[in-house]
Amino acid sequence: MTAIPRSTPRVLPGLSLGLGISILFVTLIVLLPISGLLWQLAQLTPADYFRVMSSERVLTALRVTLTAAAAATLINGVFGLMLAWVLTRYRFAGRGLIDALVDLPFALPTAVAGIALVSLYDRSGWLGSVLDKFGLQVAYTWWGIMIAMIFTSIPFAVRAIQPAIEELDPDEEAAALTLGANGVQRFLRVVLRPLMPSILTGVGLSFVRSMGEFGAVIFIAGNLPYKTEIASLLILIRLDEFDYPAAAAIAGTLLLLSVILLVAINLAQTRMQRYLRAEG
Amino acid sequence: MTRFILIALSLLFLGLMVILPVIAIFHRAFADGFDAYRAAILDPETLAAIRLTVIATLLVLPLNVIFGVAAAWAIARFRFVGRRVLLILIEIPFAVSPIVAGLCFLLIYGAYGPVGALLEPYGVQLMFNLTGIVLVSAFVTCPFVMREVLPVLMVTGEDEELAAVTLGANGWQIFRHVVLPNISWGLAYGVVLTMARAMGEFGAVSVVAGAIRGQTMTLPLQIELMYNDYNATGAFAAATVLTALALVTLVLRGVLNRFGPKKEAHA
Repeated sequence: MTAIPRSTPRVLPGLSLGLGISILFVTLIVLLPISGLLWQLAQLTPADYFRVMSSERVLTALRVTLTAAAAATLINGVFGLMLAWVLTRYRFAGRGLIDALVDLPFALPTAVAGIALVSLYDRSGWLGSVLDKFGLQVAYTWWGIMIAMIFTSIPFAVRAIQPAIEELDPDEEAAALTLGANGVQRFLRVVLRPLMPSILTGVGLSFVRSMGEFGAVIFIAGNLPYKTEIASLLILIRLDEFDYPAAAAIAGTLLLLSVILLVAINLAQTRMQRYLRAEG
Repeated sequence: MTRFILIALSLLFLGLMVILPVIAIFHRAFADGFDAYRAAILDPETLAAIRLTVIATLLVLPLNVIFGVAAAWAIARFRFVGRRVLLILIEIPFAVSPIVAGLCFLLIYGAYGPVGALLEPYGVQLMFNLTGIVLVSAFVTCPFVMREVLPVLMVTGEDEELAAVTLGANGWQIFRHVVLPNISWGLAYGVVLTMARAMGEFGAVSVVAGAIRGQTMTLPLQIELMYNDYNATGAFAAATVLTALALVTLVLRGVLNRFGPKKEAHA
């Protein structure tokens, strides 16, 4: 941000053109659609809203979505940290390739991911047939939903944590070693602590993404009402029934949750960084 | 030892979770032989879906490039009231999940929405057709170009542009000869990201496309349709096209990262 002097006389052209285009685009593409949802929500009385949201089917869908997203996020937190660490700290053959492949779930269209995952975990699939021998079923269950969420959100966790590991000073770990800290202490106090803000960001983004994921999930979910139906699908079903108020109520709730989470992550991150910096 | 275990675990996780699914796509697509694969790709409905996807992407791309560059220019070079608000608004699509995004468009531009109802007497329909697909695709890809161009503009600073002004260059000349060469790598990467996302978007498009066979079926929607029709070869064959595109995106990303100028700072 230092590139801009405070009070430059406007010598450079293009402010009105640039701003004009931006405002037009943002109004038509972002602002109006979002206000469309808010407008629909504003027509709902609180009683209507609670009637929609307290129905057994909606509550189950929300519970399935949120618990699967939480489980996927937890796994992504652990493996995201591990992948980020391995990719930053170690040099091994194929590291560049692995680093590039981390972004594959981000680049792969979600519907493609969806049919790929279900073909793997289906009883006839490579992994599904093995799991079946142990009496485990992943496809068309809550576990399938979780797996699909892990797939689509792992890049968010890795990419949020990676830059922070690059900034860690390996000398501090060495210093801790000389001072007699054991492996666990070194990991917790010297590595994990300064990484916490970025882990929080990665985990938060991963959760928000999982909560709203649709394409990758619906193929493997089974989509049984009251069992394996996710919130996004229920919005779509209400929409097909032309029940716009109900669709808007569920969508508004999901959107509000995402926004609260993103704002909370932002605040928490700033606070933690200030705290860590104050400690030195 | 820790090093070895961590690398092995990482490879195992990535192999099982990410690489194996991609292999499975190609395996299933070619399960019935190459001829079946070719027939599936050349299926008229699949070809129509590919054509529609390409057209929609080609329409979204210029919209997004013009907006992204314009917004990045305004935000990087000027201070104005609402600058921060504009930045937040551009990031909003990241927080909105695909189905919710599609619903938002339907509620405003659909026949029952305020804007849609306003346009209907003139015979203008925005949803359930190509316009709808282009509009939601513009929404989901909204931040991509701006996000790549803005940091580049921040890092390069305005000295060269000011020099050009002093030398008497007009706005277009400054853009063409000074700004564009500076931002070209960032812009290229933004274009790659936008293309990949626009071609692959499923949830948001499925809400507003209306899914009329052979007419408003984009490739991801066509994949779902064929999969649900038990046409596995067709679905996975179509999926290989999008997978190949995703792999090309990753390669381009690698190329741009390696040969492009290093990004020193993120705004």
